[in-house]
Amino acid sequence: MGKSKNNKVVSYNKWGYIFLLPFLITYTIFQLIPLFTTIYNSFFENYRVGLMQVGPNFIGLQNYVELFSTPDIWQYLANTMIMWAMGFVPQILLSLLLGAWFTSPSLRLKGQQFFKTVIYLPNLIMASAFSMLFFTLFANEGPINSMLVGAGILSTNYNFLFHTFSARALVGFMNFLMWFGNTTILLMSGMLGIDPSIYEAAEIDGASSNQIFFRITLPLLKPILVYVMVTSLIGGLQMFDVPQILTSGTGDPSRTTMTLIMYLNKHLYSKNFGMGGALSVFLFVVTAILSVIVFKFVNSKEVK
Amino acid sequence: MKKKILAGLLAATMVISLAACGGGSDSGSASTDSSSDAGAAEAPAAEEAAPAAEAESGGKVLNIYCWNEEFKSRVTDHYSAYTEFDATHGKIGDLDVVWNITPSDDNAYQNNLDQTLLNQESAAADDKIDVFLVEADYASKYTDTDYTMALSDLGISDSDLADQYEYTQTIVKDSNGAIKGSAWQACSAGLIYNREAAKEVLGSDDPADVQAAVADWDKYNETAAKVAAAGYTMCSVNDTYRTYSNNVSGKWVQDDKIVIDANMEKWIDDSKKLVDAGAEDTDELWGDDWAKGKRPDGKVFCYFGPAWFFNFCLDVDDPETIAAKGGWGYCAGPQPYYWGGTWICAATGTDNADAVKDLILTMTTDKAVLKDIAVKDSDCVNSKSVLADLASSDEGNIALLGGQNPYADLAAGAETIDLSNLSPYDQGCNEELQNAMKAYFEGTADKDACLEQFYAAVIEKYPNLSK
Repeated sequence: MGKSKNNKVVSYNKWGYIFLLPFLITYTIFQLIPLFTTIYNSFFENYRVGLMQVGPNFIGLQNYVELFSTPDIWQYLANTMIMWAMGFVPQILLSLLLGAWFTSPSLRLKGQQFFKTVIYLPNLIMASAFSMLFFTLFANEGPINSMLVGAGILSTNYNFLFHTFSARALVGFMNFLMWFGNTTILLMSGMLGIDPSIYEAAEIDGASSNQIFFRITLPLLKPILVYVMVTSLIGGLQMFDVPQILTSGTGDPSRTTMTLIMYLNKHLYSKNFGMGGALSVFLFVVTAILSVIVFKFVNSKEVK
Repeated sequence: MKKKILAGLLAATMVISLAACGGGSDSGSASTDSSSDAGAAEAPAAEEAAPAAEAESGGKVLNIYCWNEEFKSRVTDHYSAYTEFDATHGKIGDLDVVWNITPSDDNAYQNNLDQTLLNQESAAADDKIDVFLVEADYASKYTDTDYTMALSDLGISDSDLADQYEYTQTIVKDSNGAIKGSAWQACSAGLIYNREAAKEVLGSDDPADVQAAVADWDKYNETAAKVAAAGYTMCSVNDTYRTYSNNVSGKWVQDDKIVIDANMEKWIDDSKKLVDAGAEDTDELWGDDWAKGKRPDGKVFCYFGPAWFFNFCLDVDDPETIAAKGGWGYCAGPQPYYWGGTWICAATGTDNADAVKDLILTMTTDKAVLKDIAVKDSDCVNSKSVLADLASSDEGNIALLGGQNPYADLAAGAETIDLSNLSPYDQGCNEELQNAMKAYFEGTADKDACLEQFYAAVIEKYPNLSK
């Protein structure tokens, strides 16, 4: 029975917990407690009109009833998901293509560092500055319109921000531009992690580069793809700054670019913490459900 | 030992880095501290029932809350007792003056003011708000509460204010009829037209002839059709909005229900017809598209605006603009209305009542000061006698209006403005109606859908209201 030896094991364990402690404390203070107070707040009538404070009065599920009494909330959820998809689909396709090119041993692209930096650059610009820029570019009398009219493609100015599809597409396009560099770098690191001997074996067996990409790269990339998908989905559900600035917070035209967080922001005008809380809880549930679906969907395929 | 120190350091680094990035990502974090906040906010609201009949004087710091430099520059230039130290500090005699300037963007000014007023009771004497400024759009949010002092409690009598225009007092009257603020500007507004266009379309640029062509909304719409046929745009639907909204027959909110007045319906229907006919557009005020009309090639017939619009909004310093060539004219337009103006209010709980009284009296009722403001800063001042002076002298001729003297019209307009139908909800209702109807004018949504959106947006802002 080496008593001293035993002690040493115990003390190592202790360090493990001590190292976890900072995370647990900050997580509790900044994530867990806010999460529960949000849920708690959602059961209260609590807002301010002018200088008059109403509540907090406990009203049970009244906020939720009110939230779902109109179809608006579903409209905003749909807006959010449509605009996310409009950005995500081209983003993942382009990122896969770029990732495959950059990591391909047979291509050996020159100037990789340069291109990697350039495609990441849009992400360094503040989203609000970026959407200010687009707002100016695509204004009714803006440079894009004058170029299109000047080139004879359009006969009169097309007001991009007055039409649902073009306004949503602009939001999607901006998100795409901002995030495809980030996604490319994530996917590249995944691709570089795949054992090169598998590729060599495939080449010796006479697989074409298409076959290599679809039969080897994609399946082995699945964990990274799931990660990219889930983080992008959660980020997409919380989409706020780009459409907020682009439409000056109105979600025009007719609130078809209004996202859930923009709607949440509307309730903060009246400091309506009850409705805000209810909306946040709804968002939390939706995020959880979607994440579980993505996870299950991708994992079940892997089993097969 | 070394290991322990290293481990401690690592742990500290982790705490700091985690703390730095822990806040933002959670969807619910915005409402974290609401419960404690709200509790604190409610307390003074319940307690402040008895307004201080006798306000204190002799405090050391005069805190002034405002949203831009305008009032500060007026005080610096025209209030002789004031000496400026730096951008936010100055002195009146022994009294330190502190300017607390928060821009109005995103409601930041009001949010800040609300919070400070709600804490006024418990604030230290030197931190209490003494003076704050309000705009007409939301004045009654403050003046119809006990957070604002009645001017009579400061010792300012009705006879001190007799030379002011009545509408400037209506705006800041509380529901008991006490006047709770005072303005140095009287911003009656009218139609500012492009003389070149008027000659082309109406055959004359004389203010009387143009006024005859836009004397009421029917004539205005007829003229708009001619203007459109000549290749001009009349103006934006948002330009005419205030003229309609100042002439409603009832309040926006009656018994906590949102009511759309007949004149607002008229704005919606008239504007839709004019936009469809190409006679008006839907440009946002202050935007680049809207500003095109300041140049001759913008082909805009008119803007709607008050006196401050002349100098601050027509880009007179740019030699390419119509203003630089003196090419604008002014007439009263279809209905009298006002736009803008700043009211000075005294906060309940001020510890410098005498200084506040003197500031308000000097800046808003002293005729010499007001004349000086009118001449040097081109404000249309809130004094019947000063405006009458200007109307009859060459000092009132304005170069960018081609030498026209608009003060008689401005003064006549200020007399006829009727604002008995203001409510504390005006700002939100007006903003949201303009936002919501844009899609209808553009033809991307029908009227009912737009009105539904309007109701929803107003209820978001004021959850106590219903349709």
